[in-house]
Amino acid sequence: MHPLIRYVIVLAAVPVFTTAAVHAHKSPSPDRNAQAKAVMEASFQAKGQAGMDRLDQDKTQALCSLHAPAAPPAGAAAKVLAANQAMVKLPSDGKFLGDWKRGQAIAEEGKGEQYSDDPTKPSGGNCYACHELDKQQIAYGTIGPSLYHYGKNRGRSEPMLKLTWSMLYDMKGYTVCSAMPRFGSKGILTEQQLKDVMALLYDPDSPVNK
Amino acid sequence: MRLKIGKLTFWLTIVAGAGTSLAGSLVWAQTAPDPVAEYRAMFGDDNPAVLWTLRGQDLWKEVRGSKHVSLAKSCDLGMGTGIIKGAYAHLPRYFADTKKVQDMESRLLTCMVDGQGMDKAAILKNRFGEGDRKSDLEALAAYVVDASNGVAISLPLEHPEEKRAYALGKAIFFYRAGTHDFSCASCHGQVGKRIRLQQLPDLAGPGKDARDTYATWPAYRVSQGEVRTMEWRIGDCFRQQRLPQLKYGSEAAIDLTMFLAKNAEGGKMAAPGLKR
Ligand code: HEC
Ligand code: HEC
Repeated sequence: MHPLIRYVIVLAAVPVFTTAAVHAHKSPSPDRNAQAKAVMEASFQAKGQAGMDRLDQDKTQALCSLHAPAAPPAGAAAKVLAANQAMVKLPSDGKFLGDWKRGQAIAEEGKGEQYSDDPTKPSGGNCYACHELDKQQIAYGTIGPSLYHYGKNRGRSEPMLKLTWSMLYDMKGYTVCSAMPRFGSKGILTEQQLKDVMALLYDPDSPVNK
Repeated sequence: MRLKIGKLTFWLTIVAGAGTSLAGSLVWAQTAPDPVAEYRAMFGDDNPAVLWTLRGQDLWKEVRGSKHVSLAKSCDLGMGTGIIKGAYAHLPRYFADTKKVQDMESRLLTCMVDGQGMDKAAILKNRFGEGDRKSDLEALAAYVVDASNGVAISLPLEHPEEKRAYALGKAIFFYRAGTHDFSCASCHGQVGKRIRLQQLPDLAGPGKDARDTYATWPAYRVSQGEVRTMEWRIGDCFRQQRLPQLKYGSEAAIDLTMFLAKNAEGGKMAAPGLKR
C-alpha cells in the first residue's frame, strides 16, 4: 500500500461524521435499525428498479445509522473503513484518466437508480448536486467541498491519481459515514465513467482546472 | 382568506402549463432560477391553494359515500367530530377508535372509508392530482390545514404509542440504505447546505428550519400546479433516496411526520404554503 493512502486511512479512522452532531441525543437502542426496518418493510412496495432489497443495510450503512447523528465508536469504524478500502478496484489497464468532456456530462447528470429512472440508461454521478467544480456552472450544491482547481492544486502523480480514484470508488474507505455515495463499490458508475470523471478533475484542459 | 378567484384561475392555467414542462426537467435538483421568486414577482402573495381550500370546504360538507354522511358530521381529527380549527397543529396523534397514531392524510382516509363508506382503492388511485384529475385528499388537506393558520404546533406525546411513533420516526430519519447510502439526514442533517441551488432545511432536530418547514406544508407546488401534502413530500424524498415506493398512509410516513412535527413544536402553522 502506498504511504499516502495509509496516512489517509489513519486519519479517517478518527471518527469524522459529516452530518452534524449538533443536537443532544441519548445513546440509541441496539435494535434501532431493526425496528426502523420492520416498519419500513410494511410501508414500502417495490417499484421500477427499486426492489424491497434496497431496504437492507450493509455493514457501513448499519453502523452509520445506529449511532447517528453521533459518530460511531472508533473501533467499529476502523474495521468497516478497512473493509471498504479493500473493495477498491484500480482500473484494469492501469490508466486513470478518460475523457473530461464525457466526465462533465456524468457530473451534471442526476438521474440513476431512482424508481422513476430508466434502468437501461447509465447512471449519472450528479457531482454538481454536492460540489462546485467549474466556474461556469453556478448551480452547484454545498454538501461536499469545492473541487475547483482540483488537479491544478494537486498535480498528477500516480499516488495522487490512485488516492482520488479510491475515493470516488469508495469514499467510505476514508470517511466511514461520508455523505458521498460509493460510486465504484455500489456499481453506480462503470470503470469507464470513473475514468471520465477523473479526467474532469485532473485534465489540464478541463474547465475544473481553468 | 383574501379571494381573487377569477384572476387566480386565469394565472393558474398558465402556471400549470409551465409547471408540466418544468417538472419534466427536474431531476434531483434544478438548474433554473428560483421559480417561487419568479412566481411571487408575477402574482404577488396570492396562493392558488385557495382554490383547493374552497373545494375542500365543499367536500367536507358534502353528504357522500354509502353511509350518506358528511365529514363535517362524522369525522374526528382529534378535536372532536367536525372540528377542524387547530386540528393539523396537533397531528399526528393517537386515535382510540383505530388504536393507531395517525397523521392528517391517514386520518382523512379513515374518515372517508370507514366513516363515509367510500371506496379506498378509488381514493388512493387519485391521491395525487395531476392536470384535470384533481385529488379529493389534497383539497381536503388544504381546507383542514388552512383552519390551523396561526396555531402553534404542539405534540405533548402523552400516549405511549405517540412516543413510540416519534422514536421510530427518528430511527427512520437516520436509516441509511440503498445504492447511494442516503438517509434523510444525508440531505437534511446540517444547517445552510444546498443541493444544486435548492436550500436544504436541517430537519434532524428542533430548530428554526424544522419549524419553518413543517409549518408551511401542505403547500401549492408551483412546478406541479398542485397542492401537495407532507406524505407526498416524504414519498418523493424517499424516491431521491433510491428507496422503493412509500405507501400512502403507511406507518413509516406517519412516524416520520411525527418526528418532523415534534421537531417543529412551537412554530406557528402558516399553510398551505407556496413552494417551487
Ligand atoms: C451526496 C453528496 C455528494 C455527491 C453526490 C458527490 N460527493 Fe464528492 N464529496 C462529498 C462530501 C461530503 C465530501 C467530503 C469528504 C468526506 O465526506 O469526508 C466529498 C469529497 C469528495 C472528494 C475529495 C475532496 C478532497 O478534498 O480531496 C472528491 C475528489 C469528490 N468528492 C468527488 C466527487 C465526484 C467526482 C462526484 C461525482 C461523481 C462526487 N464527489 C459526488 C459529497 C458528495
Ligand atoms: C438526495 C437528497 C435528499 C434526501 C435523501 C431527502 N431529501 Fe428531502 N429534500 C431534498 C430536496 C432537494 C428538497 C427540496 C425539493 C424542492 O424544493 O423541490 C427536499 C425537501 C424536503 C422537504 C420540504 C422542505 C421545504 O422547505 O419545504 C421536507 C419536509 C423533506 N425534504 C423531508 C425529507 C425526509 C423526511 C427525507 C427522508 C425520508 C428526505 N427529505 C430525504 C433532498 C433530499
